[in-house]
Amino acid sequence: MNRTRPMLPYMVWMTIFIVVPLFLIVYYAFTSTEFNGVALTLDNFRRVFQPVYMKVLWRSVKLAVVSTAVCLFVGYPAALIMAGNAFSRKNTVIMLFVIPMWMNFLLRTYAWLTLLERSGFVNQFLARIGLPSLNILYTDSAVVLGMVYNFLPFMILPIYSVLSKIDRGVLEAAADLGANKVVTFLRVILPLSLPGVISGITMVFMPALTTFVISRLLGGGQYTLIGNLIEQQFLVVGDWGFGSAISMVMIILILISMAVMSFFEDGEEGRALW
Amino acid sequence: MLGGLLLLTLILSGCSSNKETLYVYNWGDYMDESIIAEFEKETGIKVVYDTFATNEDMYVKIKSGGSSYDLIFPSDYMITRMRDEGMLEKINLANVPNFKYIDDRFKGQDYDPNNEYSIPYMWGTVGILYNTTMVDDPVDSWDILWNPKYRKQILMLDSQRDAIGVALIKLGYSLNSTDPKQISEAGELLKQQKPLVLAYALDEIKDKMVSGEAALALVWSGDAIYAMQSNPDLDYAIPKEGTNLWFDGMAIPKGAKNKAAAEKFIDFLCRTEIAFRNADYTGYATPHVEARKLLDPEIRNNKAAYPDDEDLVNVEVFVSLGEVLKEYDRVWTEVKAH
Repeated sequence: MNRTRPMLPYMVWMTIFIVVPLFLIVYYAFTSTEFNGVALTLDNFRRVFQPVYMKVLWRSVKLAVVSTAVCLFVGYPAALIMAGNAFSRKNTVIMLFVIPMWMNFLLRTYAWLTLLERSGFVNQFLARIGLPSLNILYTDSAVVLGMVYNFLPFMILPIYSVLSKIDRGVLEAAADLGANKVVTFLRVILPLSLPGVISGITMVFMPALTTFVISRLLGGGQYTLIGNLIEQQFLVVGDWGFGSAISMVMIILILISMAVMSFFEDGEEGRALW
Repeated sequence: MLGGLLLLTLILSGCSSNKETLYVYNWGDYMDESIIAEFEKETGIKVVYDTFATNEDMYVKIKSGGSSYDLIFPSDYMITRMRDEGMLEKINLANVPNFKYIDDRFKGQDYDPNNEYSIPYMWGTVGILYNTTMVDDPVDSWDILWNPKYRKQILMLDSQRDAIGVALIKLGYSLNSTDPKQISEAGELLKQQKPLVLAYALDEIKDKMVSGEAALALVWSGDAIYAMQSNPDLDYAIPKEGTNLWFDGMAIPKGAKNKAAAEKFIDFLCRTEIAFRNADYTGYATPHVEARKLLDPEIRNNKAAYPDDEDLVNVEVFVSLGEVLKEYDRVWTEVKAH
């Protein structure tokens, strides 16, 4: 009783802003208002599983996986270097990663729109140093670039925070027992940093899967992702039933991926980051 | 002196705590925004100015409730639709004396026969904006937007009635078609076009055309004029198969909290000098007789911006489609998802 009372405001808050909206989505997804009344229907879900929308879903998952993978391959070494003892400008570099996040996300994505133009800054630079021009605006590559750029800090920071907490004594012990750098990394650092990696993957994969701004601006509105489809149903077409049905499928997908993640995540540290 | 005193009291009263607020919802890039500050200064009414990108965006937002705009800028077919659904408030023309400056050509159109619900704001056509240095074929038909030669050099309007409308005209149907078979055919045509399209966009189209990013674009005439002023290589054509003639109006949504201020702002926008500045800034054609006379002759007499009645032979105005609209929604969603 004493423990639940302080929770009350939070419970009320969560009910109003999380539970009720979720029920509304379920309600809209399973009903239709076709005949001036409300009728239970599965039509919205039948429509979601049409091939054309399955293709959109597949494309979204594919782009999100690619972006997450790129973030991991770029982010892990960066985090490793930053966490290293030899690295003295740690805080400066962390600041450099965080500062762009102070700026509006939309503005940063808009900037890429101008940078990547045919006659934009990137191409002018490439021409200056004698390289062929790069025409990736309005393609999948531009969308992946936008996602990696926007979500990279969400990969680096959790990994860095786990890596920097690894006890130096463990590494010294590994060295004492004759492990070289590669073995130390593979058998000590990597397994210990796994919770951070899992956090990073989750924090990049989810926004990447649901984004609609990046794909609309940098993909030129033709690379419709699942987020765009949902946005279109609510903001342009006004078909809340279909929009809710896609959202529900989306929620289920995210729940599944979270379940998979937490299966791998046994350390306490990763959880503490959330 | 007395006038000055009056103005002063107006300004002072405007500063008092119970400041009147007017919520305006307009298209992006569709007003010289310095005008807003002037209106605030003159009347003491605070203006909150938001923008939307398409009629459908605006409609869904108003329809779903929760927003409380006093003044909106829907197009012809949307005015009819909102009127029919009881979403618009009647405008008291006695409060809008400057309505007299609106050209009779634009009064009493079919979408709002007695101008009970809307006052014309801008008008124009839909056509093709193209870069003369990148296109060597004659631009006189919608077919050019399906020409594989211009693969990835075509920009399309990300607006369902406009995009599907063009496909319908190309197929020889009415752009107000209510036949689901014809609408589906138009959808198929747009899916065929998709590999050639560089991007589906709205306000960005003019900037991308100015910077030479694409060769051809489906645009609203005003954006074309704006872009042509910034890049002399650009030109605008209305295809021979015909096109859409459109009118954007100013209207007051039902339940507006400050109808009086909305009418005051409409009247303000219909002042000759203000209407001129808006037309000059946006590039769109004003229905205001006196304001048009103030414009640079190059624009005033430009047939792209101000086509005469005889230039507008094959044109159709969008009409509200009722239930068939669902068919348009479905086809457009599929085209975008394709």
